[in-house]
Amino acid sequence: MTIATAIDIRDAVRSGRQTARESCQQTLDRIAAVDPLLHAFNTVVGERALARADAMDRDRGRWRDAPLLGVPVALKDNLCTRGVRTTASSKMLETYVPPHDATAVARLESAGAIVVGKTNCDEFAMGSSNENSAFGPVRNPWATERIPGGSSGGSAAAVAAGVVPIALGSDTGGSIRQPAAMTGVVGLKPTYGRVSRFGLIAFASSLDQIGPLTRRARDAAAALGAMAGLDPADATSAPREVPDYESALTGDIRGLRVGVPRRMMAAGVDPGVAHAFATAIDALAARGARVVDIELPHAPHAIATYYLVATAEASSNLARFDGVRYGFRATGDGSAPPTDLRTMYTRSRGRGFGAEVKRRIMLGTYVLSAGYYDAYYLKAQQVRTLILRDYDRAFETADVVAMPTSPMAAFRLGEKSSDPLQMYLADIFTVSANLAGLPAISVPCGFTNADTAQGGVGLPVGLQLTGRLFDEATLLRAADAYERDTEWWRHTPPVATPR
Amino acid sequence: MAERFTRDDVTAIAALANLELDDAELDLFARQLGDILTYAEEVQRIDTTGVPPTASAVTGHVADRGDVERPGLDRDAALANAPDPAREAGLFRVPRVLG
Repeated sequence: MTIATAIDIRDAVRSGRQTARESCQQTLDRIAAVDPLLHAFNTVVGERALARADAMDRDRGRWRDAPLLGVPVALKDNLCTRGVRTTASSKMLETYVPPHDATAVARLESAGAIVVGKTNCDEFAMGSSNENSAFGPVRNPWATERIPGGSSGGSAAAVAAGVVPIALGSDTGGSIRQPAAMTGVVGLKPTYGRVSRFGLIAFASSLDQIGPLTRRARDAAAALGAMAGLDPADATSAPREVPDYESALTGDIRGLRVGVPRRMMAAGVDPGVAHAFATAIDALAARGARVVDIELPHAPHAIATYYLVATAEASSNLARFDGVRYGFRATGDGSAPPTDLRTMYTRSRGRGFGAEVKRRIMLGTYVLSAGYYDAYYLKAQQVRTLILRDYDRAFETADVVAMPTSPMAAFRLGEKSSDPLQMYLADIFTVSANLAGLPAISVPCGFTNADTAQGGVGLPVGLQLTGRLFDEATLLRAADAYERDTEWWRHTPPVATPR
Repeated sequence: MAERFTRDDVTAIAALANLELDDAELDLFARQLGDILTYAEEVQRIDTTGVPPTASAVTGHVADRGDVERPGLDRDAALANAPDPAREAGLFRVPRVLG
């Protein structure tokens, strides 16, 4: 038996086999059953969700054609929701209640989706393990002593555990795709500019992008279709027509040129991941795709480039948190409260931000500072150009670029948290799509069996496909075609029981 | 050219970043920032002669909006999340700036 998809739920509510309230209540019951174990949610808005479901059930005529009618969705807690606490998993924003909705959220709701809660994540989306949340880590539904990936770990865990069919995440260097891979779900980072960033709490503005995590490619297509398109509130959103992504899912990938940068994967990839990846490439070829070798000569430098660019932007974006207009302000804590403005700023920031956020603000401040700007930040921007050109060249002979999403499966909680550099190196396959602005998708492609302590279950592995600018349709078509020939998406983690 | 950070270097960066750090953080960040920057120095070995910098992958398009008046955020809403609002006066209250 399989867990219902968003499309299943929509069709059930549309036909009257299920009410929107029943759909919502099932999700709320699932949250109550599994979230004490997973800690995927920072906030659950049960009453608000049921009230909205009731409104839909009362006015079925108006909602009949809504593409996500009655579909429960979860939102990463760095997406602003009007009247609902939005924390970015930071003490800095623990009590923050936004006056506005993110455009992506408003559009999902207009399409009939029902927000059930806000998911845990790494603080300000900075992390690859979800261990940087001020409210405690999320646990991987496949093995609860392991991380779910990050930074959208709560969204990934909620989808993997069958709580919601769609959760939104944000992806600055892999934060949708990597947790999707590590929890065995689909994660799509759209092209930079495809989805409005208005209402997304900014981390690195030239890299951030909102996207869906789902169990199936078709649900990702439906979610993207509902969110994508120009938004006057985000000057970087693209004035491009939004195709009908669902109709692109033809199953036909004959002649699709799949480029594999073999040299890049020669070392440092877990054998179980490498095996699952190779098998996935064979499956694409069996369906008629043409596998070609490509080179991405500068991709090995993507991590250094990324951590220079992203931290520089973060140090600037996070300057707004100063304890004045919103967010945490340091008070006495038993001693006298700060009596001058500057101490109030520095103490509020020092105590409101967690270690990883402070580390990145420090690094970004340093690389932007006088005397170091040219050596680090400017240089990184130039290498960013070279990475972009690598992809331009690759797309002359390939239609998509295939890599594992992550070089390793989910690691244990605490395993890497004492060495930030080791944690950063795990982002090798995901960061270059953000630097180049390209769309990329992670699809479940198997399990590692390396850890027999897992009772032979193994841990999920993701196949990543990167496409040309604004060519999400090809990624979704390839992902859907791959799903038709494989059954990885049918596997459910131990904590998941059918809806 | 491995970068080495002293506690004084870290203190100076923290001052620029408006971050109050405790002793343990100064030591930890001195080591970790040194490690990360030593790794990041690999970018300096890449020949980028004549390569223009990329600040954003945004595809060029005109994003100017019309210069027309629009309602802004309501004052009460703007003050709703303030740690120390002076609602009657419509102000954010902060510790004194001048001694």
